[in-house]
Amino acid sequence: MARATRAYGAHPLHLLSLVASIALVGYAITLLGVGSLWNHHHWWQSIMVWFLGAVLLHDLVLFPAYSLADRSLGAGWRAVTGRTPDRSPAVSPVNYLRIPTMASGLLLLMFFPGIIQQGSGSYLRATGLTQAPYLQRWLLLTGVIFGISALLYAVRLVVAGRRRRDVDPVTGHGETTSTDIASDVASAGS
Amino acid sequence: MPTSGDDQIEVEDRSRVADEPHRFGFPQSVWRAVAARRPPGLPQPRVFRSPLRGPWLTSVFGSVLLLSLPVVFLTGLLDWIAYSPALHQSIPSHVGFLHLPYFTWPTRPAWLFQLTEGLHVGLALILVPVVLAKLWSVMPKLFVWPAARSGADLLERLSIVFLVGGVVFEMVTGILNIQYDYLFGFNFYTAHYFGAWVFMTGFVVHVGLKLPTMVRSLRSRPFVGELRTSRADTRPEPPDPDGLVSPDPSEPTISRRGALALVGGGSLLVAVLTVGQSIGGVARQTALLIPRGRSYGNGPNDFQINRTAVAASIDPKATGPAWRLTLSGGSSPVQLSRDQLLAMDQHMAELPIACVEGWSSTQQWSGVRLADLARLSSIRSPSKAHVQSLESGGIFSESWLQSNQVLDPDALLALRVNGVDLSADHGFPARIIIPAAPGVHCTKWVRSIEFVA
Repeated sequence: MARATRAYGAHPLHLLSLVASIALVGYAITLLGVGSLWNHHHWWQSIMVWFLGAVLLHDLVLFPAYSLADRSLGAGWRAVTGRTPDRSPAVSPVNYLRIPTMASGLLLLMFFPGIIQQGSGSYLRATGLTQAPYLQRWLLLTGVIFGISALLYAVRLVVAGRRRRDVDPVTGHGETTSTDIASDVASAGS
Repeated sequence: MPTSGDDQIEVEDRSRVADEPHRFGFPQSVWRAVAARRPPGLPQPRVFRSPLRGPWLTSVFGSVLLLSLPVVFLTGLLDWIAYSPALHQSIPSHVGFLHLPYFTWPTRPAWLFQLTEGLHVGLALILVPVVLAKLWSVMPKLFVWPAARSGADLLERLSIVFLVGGVVFEMVTGILNIQYDYLFGFNFYTAHYFGAWVFMTGFVVHVGLKLPTMVRSLRSRPFVGELRTSRADTRPEPPDPDGLVSPDPSEPTISRRGALALVGGGSLLVAVLTVGQSIGGVARQTALLIPRGRSYGNGPNDFQINRTAVAASIDPKATGPAWRLTLSGGSSPVQLSRDQLLAMDQHMAELPIACVEGWSSTQQWSGVRLADLARLSSIRSPSKAHVQSLESGGIFSESWLQSNQVLDPDALLALRVNGVDLSADHGFPARIIIPAAPGVHCTKWVRSIEFVA
């Protein structure tokens, strides 16, 4: 038993449940029909292609894109503050930029068909309307979200400015835990 | 001579081995050879620098999905039943054993389909940010080398393909479908139905394997304590055997509670912008980015249209004074003009039209009870009824109704809505409306009804 477990790499129960799951997936594919997995006319409209694409969509497309954007933002901020430390804002703008970007990006990711007017024919047949308003609505929402973030950032800057003036010039300590909480809540709420 | 840094790594590795043995399976030489051949260009674990990643955070996202995704799955299966598999109307038609136990879809409560489908679509949309956060949190696992040390690892990776591919496939196809963007080209119902089973297979195995880790990880840091931890006090989780925790974490730019609030805020944002399509009323106006948040105006016929009269190629001449409803199934067919129908007992019912796409709209309908029409064709208790539309072709130009759907006192051949005649887009001269039935079975532009004894 112990030897079998070592050879396989896990408890036999692991093997049983995985074989069961693979068999079940195989069963589902036979019901769908193996031939249905592939579209001979347009390969990119194959269920197989879309499923494998779904496996990779986040990890190899979305993740590299948003990580790169986020790292660029962080690096850009550090580069700027490194060069002009005394003229830099007291509060990092990073969260006030990336959180509204994420919100707006999430809406674009989920509702892009309307925003870029994709599938306008079927949309018209179903609803009797056009997709014209969606781009404007998304832009408006994006504007409002960034506007709220700008307001919160302005409030934080004012608060931090006051704190800085109150700071003991010798120790230089002025930040307290309460401002951190404010920052967390402000940045998370937008 | 090893440097002090190497020593440290050595100690860490040994503690890991004590924690969970990372032995190679059979045949050892093969697995060891694989491990030695790290593909060039594969990102090193240290490129993942978020100080928040770790088993606790992943488990928080995981526990939310553990509780919610089965609801999405089950409501999806319920909707398949709502389409009446006994009358061969469920799509896909052949699902083998992959379905809930058969039962007759009830007509009560009248909002049942509104609820199940609203939950199915609404909850899935709200979960998109959580799924994305969960995928983000386990990113380092994708690039762990060796990707497998044994047959067990290899099979487990395959089950992750079912899990991740399944959930993203379902979300992508579902999200495109509710926006009438049929970019995928294949049959949505069929792919979405079997995709759900592939996902659920991976999900069950993953929960079975990871539940102990999830519970242990959640216990490792009290939730309330995390909610009290500011960014300044945020520290990485201790190194874990799965390699989620960064070996070289950067300074935190957000606290764990901030990250949770961010994901929750994303879900809230999606909720605010989508629930209106299912709730209706004033709330509909908040569904700004999806098709069923649109307003058609304030008139009695200005509610959500599904397939316009033009799209269904309804000839206006066919719906004029010459229109007749044919009732068949009895000894001899009965033909009724719209005036004759209006002269019959009119019944009023407030019922939702609810679509498989998650939206719904409740209106005040009036018309003739289907039970009365059945009696008129001398079939008092039909086992089923076949409704045909003036629309030619298309899978929803006809529908079969179950016995309970014909006999429900609120099941109508509606002639009017909100006090006026139906508009062309809502099915003039007459349409079916049945409590708790899928919207597509509430056939518009009805031409004939055949009652089967």
